[in-house]
Amino acid sequence: MGHEVAGAQELTAAAPRNRGSLSTFFATKRRTRLAILLSAPMLWLVVAYLGSLGVMFASALWTTDSFTGNVVKTISGDNLHAVYTSPVYWRVAWRTVEAALAVTVIDAIIALPVAFYMSKIASRRTRLFMVVAVLTPLWASYLVKAYAWRTLLAPDGPVSWVFAGHTPGYGFTATVITLAYLWLPFMVLPVFAGFERLPNGLLEASSDLGAKPMRTIRSVVLPMVFPAVAAGSIFTFSLSLGDYIAVGIVGGKTQLLANVIYGQLITANNQPLAAALATMPLIAIVLYLLAMRRTGALENV
Amino acid sequence: MRLPAGLRWTLRVITWLVLLFLYAPLAIVVMNSFNKSRTFAFPPTGVTLKWWHAASHSSGALDALWTSVKAGLGATAIAIVLGTMAAFAVQRYNFFGKNTVSFLVILPIALPGIITGIALNATFRTVFDPLGIGFGLTTVIIGHATFCIVIVYNNIQARLRRTGSSLVEASSDLGATGWQTFRFVTFPMIRTALVAGALLAFGLSFDEIVVTTFTSSPDVQTLPLWIFANLFRPNQAPIVDVVAAVLIVLAVVPVWLSQRLGDDPSSGRI
Repeated sequence: MGHEVAGAQELTAAAPRNRGSLSTFFATKRRTRLAILLSAPMLWLVVAYLGSLGVMFASALWTTDSFTGNVVKTISGDNLHAVYTSPVYWRVAWRTVEAALAVTVIDAIIALPVAFYMSKIASRRTRLFMVVAVLTPLWASYLVKAYAWRTLLAPDGPVSWVFAGHTPGYGFTATVITLAYLWLPFMVLPVFAGFERLPNGLLEASSDLGAKPMRTIRSVVLPMVFPAVAAGSIFTFSLSLGDYIAVGIVGGKTQLLANVIYGQLITANNQPLAAALATMPLIAIVLYLLAMRRTGALENV
Repeated sequence: MRLPAGLRWTLRVITWLVLLFLYAPLAIVVMNSFNKSRTFAFPPTGVTLKWWHAASHSSGALDALWTSVKAGLGATAIAIVLGTMAAFAVQRYNFFGKNTVSFLVILPIALPGIITGIALNATFRTVFDPLGIGFGLTTVIIGHATFCIVIVYNNIQARLRRTGSSLVEASSDLGATGWQTFRFVTFPMIRTALVAGALLAFGLSFDEIVVTTFTSSPDVQTLPLWIFANLFRPNQAPIVDVVAAVLIVLAVVPVWLSQRLGDDPSSGRI
């Protein structure tokens, strides 16, 4: 607050002079100021971002010349038809949703006791230490962490060494483990914030009324932190849907939507088909967001 | 809450085990960067600084590092301007469509990265390329800025909500011009939140690979792209380990700084 006080004193001294016509104009025209503030960010987000999503939808309707591989800009539903009638793509889509849901459930199961301990049991200092400890791995390179799991799960790696040769190997299970590891902080932090908002008085009231701890957890704690878990799940679900790196590193031959899309765009150079395929995770996340909106999760993000 | 000692201890053990689970893979990478053998043999066969020396002379890694820094600075600069403007608009004004604006800001990070990547890729191909803006550093910066806006926005918005508008009103009542109020009241209030937001935005950009893959050209390689390209080359694996170890250690800096400057460590990333 020291800065503000000093600033205010300087200001009273400087106030009477120099009332430029431009600043008077801005001071009176609230609407104009709002319009100026909104113009640049909205221009960027609507034109660059929503516009891009529009171009993506449009390009899903284009085709490629089978001989030259160039994009042909004539409207055709062929790609969308091919994607949504192909049993292969549906199987990949279901596998991807399964992986995303598995990651979300695993992260929620791990995050609940950890966030509860951090918020309600740990001392103030331990709590701060733990928040920073959970936050820091988020900033350690994402790629490095996926790579670390490749090392951990290698045939002669540490997991195999600890469990005497038993490892899940590279594949679907390894992908789910790695993704659950990568996105765990995204679940712990909102759930922790949810517990912080839960008044201790409620827990005490519950036990004063004779509830045993498990009953309090089931009837008071869980219903109240559920929106926070739902908020965290938006991240774990969305991030898992869009990931092709971890699958590429620890997934072996596993195909998920994102790496199929990546293959179509980068390897096969079929941009229209990649765009058509990208509508699959888009529909999945929109459905998920609509489902989560009913839980009040979006206010907790 | 009064819990039986057994339950308290169980929760404590679970929490510390989970923290161990979070750090064990990172520890393995750091350890591996000193491992004598070329492949990731476990347990390590011996200790060496050879790979650290090799990495400090790896021109590929150093070029990629420089590209990442440029991309991060560019994206952060755009995100600071746009994120701050949007935060002021949403926090200080009431208008129709306010919820839509905050939803739009969050959208680029709420949607899976592959969708943002494909969408931007489609636009750069069909709109930018004919205009003479090819894939390269510019397109990477545009892509990164799009999802970095929300980080600055969240930090500034939280600060504006916490500080309220009474000081700004007092300043106008005392006769300050709009510029003076900004210079002497508003800016000092949001300064640390700006720095925290900028650091986190830079960190996010520095680490991004999914959108980067779809917005970059073959000759513009950010550090994550370089790591990904060299991950499966046996000759480069030990150098990748060193770069990875450096990145892990550097990760502490933005968290520590933004935690000291920001309002709440858990608000660092949405």
